[in-house]
Amino acid sequence: MTYYLSLPLDEEERIKLKVGDEVFVSGNVYGMRDQAHRRLAELISEGRELPVDICNGSIFYVGPTEPKPGEKVGSIGPTTSSRMDPFTPLLISKGVRVLIGKGKRSKEVINAIKLYKSVYLVTPGGISPYLRQFVLYVKPIAFLDLGPEAIYDIKLEKFPTFVGIDTGGNSL
Amino acid sequence: MRKINTLDIAGIIEDLCKRVNYKLDETVISTIEEASRRESSPIGKRVFSQMLTSYQLAEEEKTPLCQDTGMVSVFLEIGQEVFLKGIPLEEAINTGVRRAYTGSFFRNSIVDDPIGTRRNTLDNTPCIINTRLISGDKINVKLLIKGFGSENATALKMFSPTSSKNDIEEFILDTVRERGPNACPPLFIGVGIGGTADYAVKLSKEALLNLEPMDEWELSILDKINSLRIGPAGLGGDVTALYVNLKTFPTHIAGLPVAININCHILRTGSATI
Repeated sequence: MTYYLSLPLDEEERIKLKVGDEVFVSGNVYGMRDQAHRRLAELISEGRELPVDICNGSIFYVGPTEPKPGEKVGSIGPTTSSRMDPFTPLLISKGVRVLIGKGKRSKEVINAIKLYKSVYLVTPGGISPYLRQFVLYVKPIAFLDLGPEAIYDIKLEKFPTFVGIDTGGNSL
Repeated sequence: MRKINTLDIAGIIEDLCKRVNYKLDETVISTIEEASRRESSPIGKRVFSQMLTSYQLAEEEKTPLCQDTGMVSVFLEIGQEVFLKGIPLEEAINTGVRRAYTGSFFRNSIVDDPIGTRRNTLDNTPCIINTRLISGDKINVKLLIKGFGSENATALKMFSPTSSKNDIEEFILDTVRERGPNACPPLFIGVGIGGTADYAVKLSKEALLNLEPMDEWELSILDKINSLRIGPAGLGGDVTALYVNLKTFPTHIAGLPVAININCHILRTGSATI
């Protein structure tokens, strides 16, 4: 099946997605990777406020290049999701429902996805010039000291993905 | 004796870094185009078409082929009749990298103090420099830019000397099965066999520098990798790998080191001769 969906996805929308379905995603995601995940996990464990609201949130694992003058988006594409595995079940339990990245996930992540009826979308790596056509803007919004590892507010427009792990825990 | 100013080498490194981040070698593109015709899965076909469009856009728009503009590895073969003048060679090479990455809107991905502060060096230096002395009065420069999605898939195993070709094949297949899906397939696979542990790893990376015709064993390993059906982008399909290159070197009676270095579909290599 092919779907055109707008973020955030409600539970009903997530449940109908099955592994291998093609999903064109529109709306806002948080772009973040390794160090931002570690910092969010630390803040959560200390019971402190997070710099972004992750309730029913969507995360795209990414560290884009800086846009050229006059452009809103540089080179942008997924980074390897498995490096975020140690932090993902915690973030899902705190409200994240859509994950976008590339590659395999751990058993713990698959279990958390199933438990909270979340969904993992995959998109190919190494095709950033193609993918950037479907990104309207990229704005760093938190942990700016991390440079390319900051948290970004990213707006997608019919961004091409496939369902990698569905709400039933089925995996590609 | 031929005098070469190291700043000329810096200029060549700068040009190569800029070029290979935007433009794939023609041989790489034709290898991928050819493989795309063999792909039968609908998702795999879709991914191939996205890839080929992406390469074209990268070149036309001067957008880096990947947001991970990598860590730069430089391989220099220096003729022993060359006299190097100017700033120290390693400084010159890093100057070339610095100039390329600070003026091109590439992503700076290198951090200092890997287990401490991991502070970004903000100019993508240092790069990794390999030098070798050869005869003559020329310098051959080769460069490979790799992202870490694929570099993290590297594997080394110290086999016993009585191990068989079959054992090596199994190691390659296990590595690709386990780590290939994260390394942005379809893959280029370099294998180093022999030498010492460190030398086998170096050979496995050098195996990615030139696309030489594959021999019978390499072709048979390629077929077996493709039968894993990991497919383009790891989404299933016929084409998991595009190329296998095995490089061997004499080793010790007590050992058989084997290293595997995997590259994603955008094999970013460049070369020049001075």
